[in-house]
Amino acid sequence: MAKSLVQEFTKGLWKEIPPFRLVLGLCPTLAVTKAVENGVGMGIAFTAVLVGSNILVSLLRNVIPAKVRIACYIIIIATFVTLIDLLMQAYAFPLSQKLGIFIPLIVVNCIVLGRAEAFASKNGVMASTADAFGMGIGYTFALGALAAVRELLGTGSLVGEIPYLFKYSVTNVFGPHFQPFDFMIQAPGAFIGLGLMLCLMNLAAKK
Amino acid sequence: MNEMIKMVVVLTVLSVVSGGALAYVQTSTTAQIENNKLQFIKGPAVKTILGKTSNDPIVDRFKIDQNSFFVGKYDGNPKAVVFESSGKGFGGDVGIVVGVELDDDKILGVRVTTMSETPGVGARAKTDTTFVSQFKDQTLKGTFKVKADGGQVDAIGGATITSRAVSAALTDASKFYKELKPQIIEKAKAVK
Repeated sequence: MAKSLVQEFTKGLWKEIPPFRLVLGLCPTLAVTKAVENGVGMGIAFTAVLVGSNILVSLLRNVIPAKVRIACYIIIIATFVTLIDLLMQAYAFPLSQKLGIFIPLIVVNCIVLGRAEAFASKNGVMASTADAFGMGIGYTFALGALAAVRELLGTGSLVGEIPYLFKYSVTNVFGPHFQPFDFMIQAPGAFIGLGLMLCLMNLAAKK
Repeated sequence: MNEMIKMVVVLTVLSVVSGGALAYVQTSTTAQIENNKLQFIKGPAVKTILGKTSNDPIVDRFKIDQNSFFVGKYDGNPKAVVFESSGKGFGGDVGIVVGVELDDDKILGVRVTTMSETPGVGARAKTDTTFVSQFKDQTLKGTFKVKADGGQVDAIGGATITSRAVSAALTDASKFYKELKPQIIEKAKAVK
């Protein structure tokens, strides 16, 4: 049964949100969520790649021979990632420095290849675009939410800038006597933070 | 047979188109990226090394072949230059900027600018200034080697390869500083 375009879009925002429900793309989720600006920046770059890749794969779905499809998807995805990487270095340099190697690593992000194989190769361009935007925006929310928790607990404030959009600086959220929970900024905190989010999402889904 | 041809053709066309797109974007963004690196990475390093100058060393820069030299003027007189060098590190080239006083070839400072070394290990060459501070006031002459190779340079604990890279970069720097010194002094005086 075909879903409407709106449904294709909204499923990525909650019901099938990539890191928490599809449980895909966890490595960068853990790594870039130390600060909200990193998480959201990564989400935006990721969405650009996902949209480009889904559209192109969907357009070429009847041309790409099945036997070499993975190779073709990788060429397409790697090209988009490199383009985004170069554009970020040129026009959003500080963010590109902060995200470092995780931008090129979008190539091996399971979500992108997963959506290409599971969806874009079997559906029309409009549906694939909606799917990509939904998944991408959902991913950005997820990263932002996890990063907000980690940054707030780990430093007691949220400070940063989304290039070309806005700067924010919310300090001393828990008051001046708050002892920052350093642990949340580091790797173990990432795992535990992610685990708790997964738990909450599962509880919400059960209802 | 037909299937094989189709596969080859599709892959080839895809690769050619993507190669073309990448080449195009790369050439169009090179200048902007160079500017960004200058502004965000090298600029601050150059200014830290030169300290308080009466000019803007980023604006007063000249090139000899492919190398950029940033001039530091004190009270209007060009007294020092900062230039780049690099050495082969663990994960690629380790780029440094080294500041030299033109009168006595004394090193004003060294900073690591670009590198892909291991975070927490070799990357400490960039983040931890105690390693590079040992070069201050030494003469930019001859070869620089880590103590493990018979030289004088104190390597970073556990990061010998990165330390070697910085030493190699300094050795290279002293070599072409010596070769180009007359040109450097001439151009430094001429820069407006």
